[in-house]
Amino acid sequence: MAVPVAFFGIFFAYPVAAIVSRGLKAGGHWQFGRIADVLGQSDIRHVLWFTTWQAVASTVLTLLIALPGAYVFARFEFRGKQILRAAVTVPFVLPTVVVGTAFLALVGRGGLLDGLWGVRLDTTVWAILLAHVFFNYAVVVRTVGGLWSQLDPRQEEAARMLGASRWTAWRKVTLPALGPAVAAAALMVFLFTFTSFGVVQILGGPTFSTLEVEIYRQTAQIFDLATAAVLTIVQFAAVGIILAVHAWSVRRRESALRLVDAAHTARRPHGSGQWALLAGVVATVAVLILLPLGVLIQRSFEGPDGFGLAYYKALTSSDSGVFLVPPIEAIGNSLTYALAATAIAVVIGGLAAAALTRRAGRLVRGFDALLMLPLGVSAVTVGFGFLITLDKPPLDLRGTWILVPLAQALVGVPFVVRTMLPVLRAVDGRLREAAAVLGASPLRAWREVDLPMVRRALLIAAGFAFAVSLGEFGATVFIARPDHPTLPVAVARLLGRAGDLNYGQAMALSTILMVVCAVSLLLLERIRTDRTTGEF
Amino acid sequence: MSTIIKATAVAVAAGLGLVTLSACGGSDSGKDSADSKTVTLVSHDSWAVSKNVLKDFEKRSGYKVTVLKDGDAGEAVNKAILSKENPQGDVLFGVDNTLLSRALDNGLFQPYEAEGLEQVGTEYQLDKDKHRVTPIDTGNICVNYDKKYFADHKLTPPASFDDLAKPAYKNLLVTENVSTSSPGLGFLLGSAAQYGDNGWQGYWKKLEANGVKVVDGWEQAYNEEFSGSAGGRKAGGDRPLVVSYASSPPAEAIYSDPQPKTAPTGVATGTCFRQTEFAGLLSNAKNEKGGKALLDFLIAKEFQQDMPLNMFVDPVTKDAVLPADYAKYDVKVDAPKTMAPKKIADNRDAWVKSWTSLVLK
Repeated sequence: MAVPVAFFGIFFAYPVAAIVSRGLKAGGHWQFGRIADVLGQSDIRHVLWFTTWQAVASTVLTLLIALPGAYVFARFEFRGKQILRAAVTVPFVLPTVVVGTAFLALVGRGGLLDGLWGVRLDTTVWAILLAHVFFNYAVVVRTVGGLWSQLDPRQEEAARMLGASRWTAWRKVTLPALGPAVAAAALMVFLFTFTSFGVVQILGGPTFSTLEVEIYRQTAQIFDLATAAVLTIVQFAAVGIILAVHAWSVRRRESALRLVDAAHTARRPHGSGQWALLAGVVATVAVLILLPLGVLIQRSFEGPDGFGLAYYKALTSSDSGVFLVPPIEAIGNSLTYALAATAIAVVIGGLAAAALTRRAGRLVRGFDALLMLPLGVSAVTVGFGFLITLDKPPLDLRGTWILVPLAQALVGVPFVVRTMLPVLRAVDGRLREAAAVLGASPLRAWREVDLPMVRRALLIAAGFAFAVSLGEFGATVFIARPDHPTLPVAVARLLGRAGDLNYGQAMALSTILMVVCAVSLLLLERIRTDRTTGEF
Repeated sequence: MSTIIKATAVAVAAGLGLVTLSACGGSDSGKDSADSKTVTLVSHDSWAVSKNVLKDFEKRSGYKVTVLKDGDAGEAVNKAILSKENPQGDVLFGVDNTLLSRALDNGLFQPYEAEGLEQVGTEYQLDKDKHRVTPIDTGNICVNYDKKYFADHKLTPPASFDDLAKPAYKNLLVTENVSTSSPGLGFLLGSAAQYGDNGWQGYWKKLEANGVKVVDGWEQAYNEEFSGSAGGRKAGGDRPLVVSYASSPPAEAIYSDPQPKTAPTGVATGTCFRQTEFAGLLSNAKNEKGGKALLDFLIAKEFQQDMPLNMFVDPVTKDAVLPADYAKYDVKVDAPKTMAPKKIADNRDAWVKSWTSLVLK
């Protein structure tokens, strides 16, 4: 446990504390009075209000749209299910910049809807809400669907046999069992949309601003570090509460449900109603998820001289002046950084998960929640914190490449912990004890008992960490060196430039990023077992 | 069991190999600023220079120039302030008059009187007592108009701040968010210079009533909303007035193929606000000597004459000659609005706030 604690202390708590104290300390004294000042401002309250209500609206909308999907994925067996499940997960690991871009291409000026019916949704709140649904569809499908597929359908059938209507049976039997999973999914969606950055920045225009966007504006543009620090603390507190509730609902989910193997609960849909449901879900996925991705891909091929590879070819030259290197090099950088970040995240997350399974008690549970915090703390704050803290010996890392993987690993660790924990907890402690009795050292016992059993979960965790690192944008954009951009950073840079060629190249790079993410997810689907679904 | 151990061992070895590999791949990007043969220029994203001009400098001075583009102008300055104890480079380029006080008050620069400073117009030397910064380029933020639109509608293009609030120009102007865009901020400061500290709010109320549209950044305003630019025409932009630069018409013309006789857009010369960009030697710079040589180069004739076609800004030195292409389309702005950096620094935050609640909320 010492290693993960030290890691989070040095690379998370210290930088964040440094930047916050820089903002809130004047002349060596804490200025807590500033908190009330800032929160008293009407525009800040406006931001807080908008952040909260759009997160609530996004969560409700996501649940409404994704719950039927969760049911279909849990209960129906149909051709192409694996591919479809991978497809709905792609958005979740896509960088927000790319999602924003995809929606801009769909609902923005000159977008698909604009061209067809003259409908434009950019700079309206609808574009933001739709993008959030797009993003979080998979969270609900995976979390709720994962549990749903393991609920014994015979319970519901028994209720119907006893005379309950279909609706009553569902409401009285299935819903209570699903409740905690739905709550957990809703909280995750709420957390992700509450801290939304890239989507709001690209689609929101000047009028809509979430806390996270406001922290970025106050830090990077207005340079009001005090206000930024206060907002960081507010977000920290809000995220802390969300995570505490989440941890509580996860614990409830772990308890007292008789689960069956998912392989036995899914069957082919029968009757027109079920086929209609399946068709409805497939259509929703097609319109909401595949269409934006498709528009993105189509635009990347639609060059100045018709359909072709013009934009992809342009990626290999550095003449545009946007970068010092050909944009194509960003692929190599991204893969290298993501691999290093994955290695770090798996080691740190693995150790943390192992420590969490061995020990119990309040302290450990607190640590468990703490590990999740990087998901909810402003990446901008982390990036700036790195800039001002990791610049002196012995931690003079600012000029080195390792900084980027470290920041990315911070977001990867929670995924590793969440994936490993349920599996590690399922390992029978008596096996370890037996090994110890037979003379194995703790390390050897771990290697020979735990490791073989969790190898598969480890691979899945690594895959998640890899995909998430690949897409990390908020912190990377601050610390990536200009001559070593990552894919998301390069996409954002290109989008910030005027001109068709830059836009086209951004689309082409986004497509490449998407393909890399999708391939790693498909590989994950292959090794995914029915039991180790993890908590995402 | 043994096969599993073997597989694990292989996986671990492969993993380690990858990490070492990536370590090798990354090592070439290590710290090179410690090497006194390298001088590092930190700049905002718009930095551009002709390759041969930079090579000339490298050959003559013996320094290799590394350029770190660090976000937009505000971001680059803010990052430099946060990391001033141990700066990322030796020279920072791109502090403009709206950010100057923030940079100077935070002790970002050390004094250096660049060689050739006597050639730089005194109206640009905003720190002439201490020489902590050197003026490098200048330009004007002005409303641009779409010539074709006004010809088609038999309407005289607006020429002044007052004009923009007239009913004849209702729903025609697009500008940028002042908290996220430097031309947006410049336009606000211009209006404050025109109407006074307490008068600009009334003016903006009139602009709002006259249907001004606000977008987040210059790219979106100019290349999507404005009907006079190549990008805007393609995107279906329908606003014939945009807050941009006096140098936008030359850029518009030079990047057209074939080049037109006159630029397709014009400048409302009564709406201009002067923007001057500075560079300075960063405090705690690792390569002071190289930084000084680089500053001398930035106001030398060769670089000054190279800037207009690369960054679309005007030279600040008297002996610099504008490139013929640029001069052909250039618009002279006689009396742009100006404001002392100290006054900007004192009022910016409050003005941005009241502008935001006045216009956006």
